This record gives sequence, structure tokens and C-alpha cells, in this order.
Amino acid sequence: MIDVLIIGGGIAGIETACSLQELGLETLVLEKEKQIGGHLNNWDTLFPTKRSASEILEYYAEQIRKKSITIYLNTTVTSIRKQDDGSFEVHTSREVSFKSKTVVMAHGFSLFNAQRKEEYGYKIYENVITSADLEQTFKQNNDVFVNPMGKIPERVAFIHCVGSRDEKSGNHYCSKVCCITAVKQAIKVKQLSPQTQVFCFYMDLRLYGRGFEEMYREAQEKWGVQFIRGRLSEVAENIDGSLQLKAEDTLAARPFKMSVDMLVLMVGFEANKSTALFHNSCGVACSESRFIQPRHHHLSANATNIDGLFTAGTSIAPLSVFDTLNHAKAAAFAIHSYITK
Amino acid sequence: MMKQFGYNSLKSRTIDYKNINTTLISYIIKNEPSFSSCISCGSCTATCSAANLTFFNIRRLNIQIRLGEFENIRQEIDKCMLCGKCLLVCPRGINTRNVIMLIKKGLVTFNLVE
Amino acid sequence: MDTAIHTEKETWGTYQKHVADDNYYYARSCIRQNFFPASEYMFLHILRKVLGKHVYDDPNHTTCTGIGYHSDIVPFETIQTVVARHFALMTEAGLENIAISCVTSFGIYTEILETWQHFPEQLEKTREFLYKATKREFNLPKNIAHTSDIIYKFRHEIAEKAVYKLVHAQTGEPLNVVEHIGCHYAKMFPTKGIGGAEFPQVLSGMITAWGGKVIDYPERRHCCGFGFRNYLVQANRGYSVSNTYKKLESMQPYNPDFILTNCPGCAMFIDKWQYTIAEMEQKTFDSQGKGIPVLTYEELAALVLGIQPWDVGLQIHQIQSESLLDALGIPYDTALKYVDKQGNQLPLPNKPNNLLQ
Repeated sequence: MIDVLIIGGGIAGIETACSLQELGLETLVLEKEKQIGGHLNNWDTLFPTKRSASEILEYYAEQIRKKSITIYLNTTVTSIRKQDDGSFEVHTSREVSFKSKTVVMAHGFSLFNAQRKEEYGYKIYENVITSADLEQTFKQNNDVFVNPMGKIPERVAFIHCVGSRDEKSGNHYCSKVCCITAVKQAIKVKQLSPQTQVFCFYMDLRLYGRGFEEMYREAQEKWGVQFIRGRLSEVAENIDGSLQLKAEDTLAARPFKMSVDMLVLMVGFEANKSTALFHNSCGVACSESRFIQPRHHHLSANATNIDGLFTAGTSIAPLSVFDTLNHAKAAAFAIHSYITK
Repeated sequence: MMKQFGYNSLKSRTIDYKNINTTLISYIIKNEPSFSSCISCGSCTATCSAANLTFFNIRRLNIQIRLGEFENIRQEIDKCMLCGKCLLVCPRGINTRNVIMLIKKGLVTFNLVE
Repeated sequence: MDTAIHTEKETWGTYQKHVADDNYYYARSCIRQNFFPASEYMFLHILRKVLGKHVYDDPNHTTCTGIGYHSDIVPFETIQTVVARHFALMTEAGLENIAISCVTSFGIYTEILETWQHFPEQLEKTREFLYKATKREFNLPKNIAHTSDIIYKFRHEIAEKAVYKLVHAQTGEPLNVVEHIGCHYAKMFPTKGIGGAEFPQVLSGMITAWGGKVIDYPERRHCCGFGFRNYLVQANRGYSVSNTYKKLESMQPYNPDFILTNCPGCAMFIDKWQYTIAEMEQKTFDSQGKGIPVLTYEELAALVLGIQPWDVGLQIHQIQSESLLDALGIPYDTALKYVDKQGNQLPLPNKPNNLLQ
């Protein structure tokens, strides 16, 4: 029997495994993709440092080697079953099942599918992209900045809260990282294309983290990014392929219309599909947001309603990389005290 | 003919970004870059001596200038007594007194009011 | 662009609804018979003679009182009872599928059925009201469709029998068509419309099936401006005409050959306000100063099927359609334009000052 079985080889799962290894416990990580790192593989830079995401991935690749952590790739967990003796049986897509004393759900989140906001025209209008698409663009090409039609954009708009804080999307919660991601990406656009005018349409700016407010101020003062308080109501395509935005400038208290050459939708977090699967197979409690419900928000943020079943990272809520890694380290301690108790 | 119908078509109230006159805002930001960091918190207006007694509203001036709406600004701006209290309370450290001076100068330089 | 179109279809695909195949109880509109008099006739003709369907056009059926309801004159209890009476007439005719000609009525029927689902006590109260007033009883319809849903359903059958395609007769290029969907078709209940509220497919599906090209212009989803009180109160008409102005201005760069609508109010206002705007501001939105023709989907289906333009009633429109007929290569006899069924010459309408004909 394994001490700890970790579901998900993103940064939360790997960090949990590394910390547990240091505490002397035997771990096994199951990752559904063909490589570790999860969403971070698709990201160019991290806020607020603007450091490359690959730095983090390289660090963990090195740790995995050093600590000889076992990872099974291409392995999707299909169900978690609690046994009478308190241990767990975990079934996978590879017709192998595993027995373990504890399980960590570090399976992360899904990005909101922007097509669900039909009025924003994602995958209908060529020049509408998501924040994730923009990260890919940054990753692939760092020299010239053009819109999907190949034009250097005169104006770019970022739309905050796409799929977050939105009754119509069924997501009442704030995704936490989108405001600062928009600020980071807006600065990057200005760096690549100084003549481009950049606008951020926001409902509230939630720049809560260390260094976030400073980055916001840098965007305003150094890069001339303009922040307009108002939620985008609809997008339509003009005859030349540019996009007409309709919002209210709520500070001016008047409707506002603007044409842009590129629109970036700041897509939020949603609970990973596997969360519902685990809920059904082992009865782990979920909150109204469909993420996993921690046993105690303040005092045991890694434990769940089921003894021996833990969480690490964004399976509980939207979290930044910073918060994810801290939550994962805390998971290792919680599991260690559970096993050695 | 319009009288015969008893109604006419209305001018749109929508702010159309392409029609915005950005001369004054560009001039102010060039000479007082801190103006771009305004977050419309309103602490300037709350403390303003003129705002207590008149319609003068320095926070709203920021928005009007960004939207290129210069009507009333000339007469509004003269209500400022340049006491500098707004400068003391601004959380973003904007040199509001300099902004006022730049508005006055810019309106004349670019001939933005009759 | 192919992927874009593919995804647009995907989005549309999420809002499909079942439309009955045959045996419809027809609920007419109040105003269409005055402003677009051949439309409803053509619907019956196409359904019965071209497609071989059974439609009951009931002489006992009345207005749904929707205009009164939306003007705060008719209370909700009253309109529920009027609609219940129509269901009673449908039930008495032995039919289960209701086909509604008007988008306002369609919105009202949908709203009432939805109300009854969530508040069954309202349904019971309405049954009681109707019985006390008329001794009638009713079943709820099995299937409720706007008549544009029905034409949409049979668009390929119509295309197979079509004499004309929506292409320029001389060049073979597809016509540029603007479609305008009535707000109450799907904006209140997106799942009740084909394609939903943002990318309704009901008219664009007909246009592409019959060979035309649909224009996606910025104000595509904007209201035509009718807005009931906006029009009914003269002092508010500026709001109505200004909304239409906004739409026309937005579609102008695409040079549309015509506008297709599925709502009585939209067809009327987009058509007639073009005259008003031309008179007030000397402004037209086409290259020739003649205005952009506005057609209903039944009129378009009839034209495509080769029915004579004057039998389709196009001469009754404010914006005349000769330029469109020329583009389509549809022949017409100007001498017969204002001649009635018995061959009598009708009085000629006055010519507008600023709109060319």
C-alpha cells in the first residue's frame, strides 16, 4: 500500500509530492497528460514578476529527478473508493487500480469556455481571443505583435470577468487571477507594440496580491494602459474585421462604443470535470461553486469531509501560482500528521 | 416637415471613442504623467473647498477631459482656489494643482473653448 | 474563416427546437394583414398547396391583445384568458400544434405557457375565467411554433421547388441580405428560438438555403425601434425612429439588397421609417436613394417559388422593390402594379418627396 496517492501532476501535485518525500513518505503521482506541469505548460510568463513559467517547470523537473518521485503519465483517475479499513482504492483509465492510505486531489481547474458567452463572439469573430490564446501567442512569437488577421493592432481591449462573477455563466465567484493577468498582458502588448492603445474593461479591479497594485500602477503610468469601468455587453464585427464593443463608461454614466482590432477575453476558472466524478464516486463535499469544499476554511484548508482525502491547489478554488504552491506545501504537512498520528 | 410629424430623430448619447478629442488629455499626461494613475476614488472632490459650495468636481473633470468634453470646463476650472488640499489627500500622489494649471493652459493653447 | 463559420453553427446548434411536421392551428397577427397583406395568405398557400400540409385558419380567432398588454392597457389575467380561448378553439378543432404568425403573440404565448408551468394556480384561475365567460375548456398545445420556424423547417423543400435563387441574375453572385429578428422571438426565452438570441438561425437559414449571403453587421441584434409605447405615444416616436436609424446606418456599408424580417412590427417600422427619415433628414441608406426593400419571410418564399410580385403584395410596401426584382431577374408588369383582382385600376399612391421610386 502506498502512503500518498496524488491525483494530478501540475505544480500543486508535484510540490505536494516533493514536500512529502522530504517528510519521508512514499508517494505516487498520476497525471492524465503525457507531461507534467498542467496549465503552466501553456503559459508564457507569471505575474507579478514577469518571469518565464518554464523556470518553475524546470525547477520541478529537477526536483523530480533529485528526489526520484514516481509519476505515471497518461493515467486518468476514474473513481476514488474509500475502503472499510480507511484506505483508498483508486481506479484509472489504464485498467490498473492503486491502494493507498491517503489521496490528494490536486487535479486542478478548467478554463472557462468563452464560447458560452455568445455575445462576445469567441470563435465566431476572428479577432476575438482568450487570455490563454494570447499567452500562446506570446510564447510562440516575441518579436512582432499582430492580431489574428495579421494586422498590427491600433487598439486592443481586455475584458475582465469573462465567466466569473456572472450569474449568466453560472459562476458567482471571482477567479482572482484575471485582473492581474490582464494588467500583465496589457503591459506585454505595450512592450511589443508601443503604438497600440490598450484598454481594460473592468467591473471592479481586484489586485489583492503582493506586487499586484504596483503592477497596475506601472500599467497606468509607464505604459498608458487605460482602465474603463464597465462590463462589455456585446461585440459585433465591423465590415473591415475590426470589432465594435458596447459597454457603459460607468464613471461617465453614459453608453460607450469603441472599435478595436483585437479583443482579449480574460477567461476565469471552473471546477475540473473530475471533481464531479470524485464527488459521485466517494462523496467528497463540493461547494456551490462546484469546487471541492475544504473541511475548515481557516484551520484545515487541505482536509475534506472524508478522512484521509486531501486537496492541494485549485481543486478548491481559483488560486494564483503563489497560493497554489503554499496550499500544496500545507497539504504535505496535513497528510504527514494524519499518517503519523 | 419635422413639425408635421411631431417628432424628430435623436442625437445618440453614446460616447463613440473614434470621435473623442484627445488633445487635452495627451497634453496633460505628457506634462504631468501622474494624472494617468487616477482611480476615480473621489477623495479630491470630497475635500475640495470649491466642491462644497459649487458644482466644481475635480474627479469628474478627469473623466470629462478623457472623453474630450470641454463644455463647462473653462468656467468650472475657475472655481478652483488652488488651495492644494486635493493634492494632500490623493492616494495616487497625483499633482492635482499642476493638473489644474495644465488644464487652464491647455484650453487656451489648443483653442478648445470659445 | 471556415473554422469561424463552423463554430457559429456549433453555437446555433445548441438551440434547436422541435417544430411539428403537420396539422397546425393558425394564429394570425392583427397588423400584418394591413401592412403586408399577402404574407399570411402566402403562408397558407405555401403550406397547403406547395407542401401539402393541413393548416386550420379559424374565423373565430381574435387578436391576442398583445399591443394592449405591452402598453399597460390589458391586464395579464385578461390576456391569459384571451390566449386560453385560442387554445380552446384549437382544442375544438382537434389540433395540438399552434402556429403563430406574429412575434409579439409568439412571445406572449410562450410567456403565458412558461407562467403556467411555474405557477399552476394561474392556469387554474385562467381555466375558471374562460369557463365562466365562454363555457369553453382547453388543452395546452403539444407544439408551439412561430410561422417563421415552420418555413425554416421546410426551407430545403422550398429550395427544391424554387424558380429563383437569391443571386444576381446577371452575375450569379449571391445577394447581400440583412436579417432582422423580432426581439420577442428569442430574447425573452433564448431556448424557444432556433439558434437562440445571439445568433438566431431562423431567417439566416432560409437566406442561405435559397442561395443568398447573410450580412453580419454591428447592430444586427439591436431592436428595430418599435417598442410599443415608443411608437404608440407620438411624443416618444423620436426614440423609435432613432433606433431604426442606428440599424440602417450600421448596415449601410454592406450595401444590402434587401432586409428580411420575421416580426410584424419590425417589417413595418424598418420599411416605413426609411420614408420618415428621408423626409426629415433627406437621408437614405442605399446607393440609389430608393431605400432598402424590407420583406417578410413568406413574401420571400413566395418570390423564390415564382409567384408574381404583385400577387405577393410588394407594391403595398413603403420601399418599392423593383430594383430587387431586377437584380433577381424576376419579370413584372408595371401596368398591373395597382390593378385589383377584378382588373380595376386602383388609385395611385402619392410619391414621397425625398425617396426615389
